[in-house]
Amino acid sequence: MSIGIEETHAPHGASLYYWVWIYLLAITALEVFLAYEHLFSTQVMLAVLMLLSVVKAGLIMAYFMHLRFEKAVFVLCLVPAVVVVISLLAAFFPDSYRLLELRVR
Amino acid sequence: MTERAVRAQSATIWDGGVHPFAVSHKKLGMWLFIASDSLTFSALLVAYSYVRLATEHWPTPFHLWPSISMATIMTFCLLSSSVTMVMGVAASKRGEKARAIRYLLLTMLGGTAFVVLHLNEWLGLIREGVRLWSNPWNVPLFGATFFTLTGLHMVHVATGLIYLGVIAAGVSKGRFGHEEVEVSGLYWHFVDLVWMFIFPLVYLLSVSAA
Repeated sequence: MSIGIEETHAPHGASLYYWVWIYLLAITALEVFLAYEHLFSTQVMLAVLMLLSVVKAGLIMAYFMHLRFEKAVFVLCLVPAVVVVISLLAAFFPDSYRLLELRVR
Repeated sequence: MTERAVRAQSATIWDGGVHPFAVSHKKLGMWLFIASDSLTFSALLVAYSYVRLATEHWPTPFHLWPSISMATIMTFCLLSSSVTMVMGVAASKRGEKARAIRYLLLTMLGGTAFVVLHLNEWLGLIREGVRLWSNPWNVPLFGATFFTLTGLHMVHVATGLIYLGVIAAGVSKGRFGHEEVEVSGLYWHFVDLVWMFIFPLVYLLSVSAA
């Protein structure tokens, strides 16, 4: 390769990708099921769905986007910064609960 | 470059190695774009979740049939198109050009199915009287957040279809190689990843109680 970068990918076959696909579909099915069971309040439901979605996003990034096979220094420079900034947005959520509890009815 | 040379290079990362991340500039550029785009989507999703939780009578217009079933099929289309994309990248890495192009076209087919189903969903809601600023359930923010979030995502899918088409044409002409296919794959998987958040937040939090 002219740019002088050797592929560092670990050897992996098609079956790995199909397994990731099956896991993603299974988590999606679980989410749809939970949505119909009404086991939790909206707040808890939001948290549960977000958690499952983060797992799905992790699977996609690690395997489909090959992050697992990139150099660690690249992943460490990229992912934590984005995660921290996105997490900071969550600082607004207590305020949304307050709106619900303290509004003039 | 041999593996030993790469290792020697990364040993001097902090002395200003030429490729400290061992990724090409195209791949690094796409990852930086994905990082910034993910923040755009996060801001919109957080804003939506905020008003969703702070609104007492949020409309729940999505029935199991057709909305949720269709959205689940759309999720299936996107996830499957991600798998075909990964297969296309793997084929182009092995140098099987024709196969890579076939997989790219399959990926575009999945994306097109997604857009068609989603537009159908939009038309259904518009027919029910949902607009950007108003809807039958008197929660104007429902239409505003729904159309903004899903609209921005659909623009990304449509852009991705054009992008993949250009890459497929370039590969068949020999203008693009494996690197371009891999970078376009990153974009496509990102679009898929974003839908993994929009689907539960927008659809599953607004399922009809009945």
